[in-house]
Amino acid sequence: MNVAVDLAPVVTLVGNPNCGKTALFNALTGSRQKVANYPGVTVEKKTGRVVTPTGRTLDVVDLPGTYSLRARSPDEEITRDVVLGKLASERAPDLIVCVADASNLRLAIRLALELKHVGRPVLMSLNMMDIAKKRGIDIDLEALSRELGIPVVASVAVRRGGIDRLMQALDERTARLEPAGTADWRAPDAAALRNAQREADRVLRVAIRNAGKLDPGTARADQVLLHPVGGLIILLAILFVMFQAVFAWAQPAMNLISDGFTWLGVQAAALPLPEIIRSFLKDGLISGVGSVIVFLPQIVILFLFILLLEDLGYMARAAFLMDRIMGGAGLHGRAFIPLLSSFACAIPGIMATRVIDDRRDRLTTILVAPLMTCSARIPVYTLIISAFVPDTKVWGFVGLQGLVMFGLYAAGITGALAVSFVAKRFFWRTTAGEPFMLELPDYKIPQARSLAMGVTARALAFLKRAGTTILSMMILIWVLASFPQPPEGAAGPAINYSLAAKIGHAIEPVTRPLGFNWQINVALIPGMAAREVAVGALGTIYAVDAGEGAREKIGKALAGQWSLGTALALLVWYVFAPQCASTLAVIRRETGGWRWMAVTFFYMLALAYAAAFATFQIAHAAGAG
Amino acid sequence: MTLVSTLDRATIALGDARVGFRGRIAALDMTRAPAAGLPPSELERRLLELGFVEGAAVELLHQGLFGGDPIAVRVAATTIALRRREAMAVVVSQQDPQP
Repeated sequence: MNVAVDLAPVVTLVGNPNCGKTALFNALTGSRQKVANYPGVTVEKKTGRVVTPTGRTLDVVDLPGTYSLRARSPDEEITRDVVLGKLASERAPDLIVCVADASNLRLAIRLALELKHVGRPVLMSLNMMDIAKKRGIDIDLEALSRELGIPVVASVAVRRGGIDRLMQALDERTARLEPAGTADWRAPDAAALRNAQREADRVLRVAIRNAGKLDPGTARADQVLLHPVGGLIILLAILFVMFQAVFAWAQPAMNLISDGFTWLGVQAAALPLPEIIRSFLKDGLISGVGSVIVFLPQIVILFLFILLLEDLGYMARAAFLMDRIMGGAGLHGRAFIPLLSSFACAIPGIMATRVIDDRRDRLTTILVAPLMTCSARIPVYTLIISAFVPDTKVWGFVGLQGLVMFGLYAAGITGALAVSFVAKRFFWRTTAGEPFMLELPDYKIPQARSLAMGVTARALAFLKRAGTTILSMMILIWVLASFPQPPEGAAGPAINYSLAAKIGHAIEPVTRPLGFNWQINVALIPGMAAREVAVGALGTIYAVDAGEGAREKIGKALAGQWSLGTALALLVWYVFAPQCASTLAVIRRETGGWRWMAVTFFYMLALAYAAAFATFQIAHAAGAG
Repeated sequence: MTLVSTLDRATIALGDARVGFRGRIAALDMTRAPAAGLPPSELERRLLELGFVEGAAVELLHQGLFGGDPIAVRVAATTIALRRREAMAVVVSQQDPQP
């Protein structure tokens, strides 16, 4: 190999949204790709290595989908700067691959014409050629290449051998790298765009027959899925199945993980080690890691659904159906995808707000995203609900416990809509918002491999977080709850003498109107690292051994110690409180400063305090305090 | 047929069209969309980037439940969702009857 690995030529993928760019990137790089910590779909910049048939190494960069290099959002600024070689941290591209959906070329050809002005070699990869052929779209590759003045190769990213010709072209084009030409790209004005689109339409007429045919399958599906009433009902049904799956399907896997960690804890407790080290291993380390990893099945299932809907092409339809409803609350239709992701975790949700062009719309969405009920709240909810809400049926068939759970979700959504409405009206004082303009792509059959890669990336990001932030907080709570140790012959649980108890007692006057005792206060502190940690912390504080049926035992301990009013107030607190340091950190990063992080923290704190206060006082007055 | 095509057919705003409307884009006129959420020059560029160019065939495919908004429009070979407020800027003429 004559090319040093770290100086491998840079190949940059640029294309319209939904052109199959991510599938092509996956096919090219396979597992040799680097994705940032919390990747959202096409939002993160991804890099990977390709080894061509002749053994040449290339660095491939995948960029967010775009219609023009003209930047209208933070997302598109990144695309523009990387393509133009203006981003200081990135090497300029040696070759630009314009990825195009062969069945939807009109806008892609205009983008290709624009890319020619960057002054770097451009190659067009016509992706999804199989679908175009099936639809009777007849593309003359030679004519297209001649009219565009750049090489054009066909590819089918999702089929074995489908990228052979692209690989060969990459090999040839990077073998003798052309020096950068003159870059005369300027942000196009309306006249330039109009001329470019006319030129693109001319190229289209010369090179392609049947370009404009509507996909019959998509047309049929949309008659149902975009039906004004039926479409909304189907969307609600999909959401219902999704959340049902998260709760029901995940259970066996969660039980397995939980039993595994129980077994490990028992083994650790039997080791011939000093008492304090055994306690650390069992109660600090193993139960700490276990209490977090147990949520992995739920996160995997939720992301599987979100990615499946995205790859199907349904997400854009969901945004279409929801636009007016969300718009009534001052939210953008595109906010639907970030907010839906926030049901899994606010972190990928907040990162996905980059698809919203307008800064105010984006900030509003970021502000309310943490109010969506994320999966980390589920263990807290289920623990308290199963301990305090009787397992009875109302109206004969609806479980009361499930109904309360639904109510908590609804409270979060209602809170988010109310906050965005207030922000829009009183904060921004605007009426006309960012326009909703979105391409509705043809439906595509999702590829198992691409789904698996997407879910794996997110699962790893979660485990990494679990392995660092959350684990260290679990160890911290063990230390706080274990030291100082109780004097010889002291009565009551050892934790009553610890540092944690002192902190809990100190803030008790503030939380008493909410019905919170000092034990709850102690659990809320590590709950800042991640909401679900509060469950394990309550177990430690109420001296419940992690292990067989630990959750039931914690629930029993709570039912004996708390009033119903306290339990309800804590549930309501968890709907609104800014109980997640990672979310706050991501908000700081995404908004570029402390200001919006502070706004989010304090408005959520105020909301949570007020709501929990009202809940406890009302319950108290009703005799449940 | 010749009579129809020689007449100066009336144009309407795409934002006023009904589901099933077929036609061609006659002009982009930002002054007809005063309620749009963007300055005129930016709105025009966004419409152009999504393929709304004079002469392109359009068909209104779907509309939302509340106030018939937003709308899904077939523009040449692409389906675009947008609100009627912005679609007011797209001036369309009824298409010639298909032979």
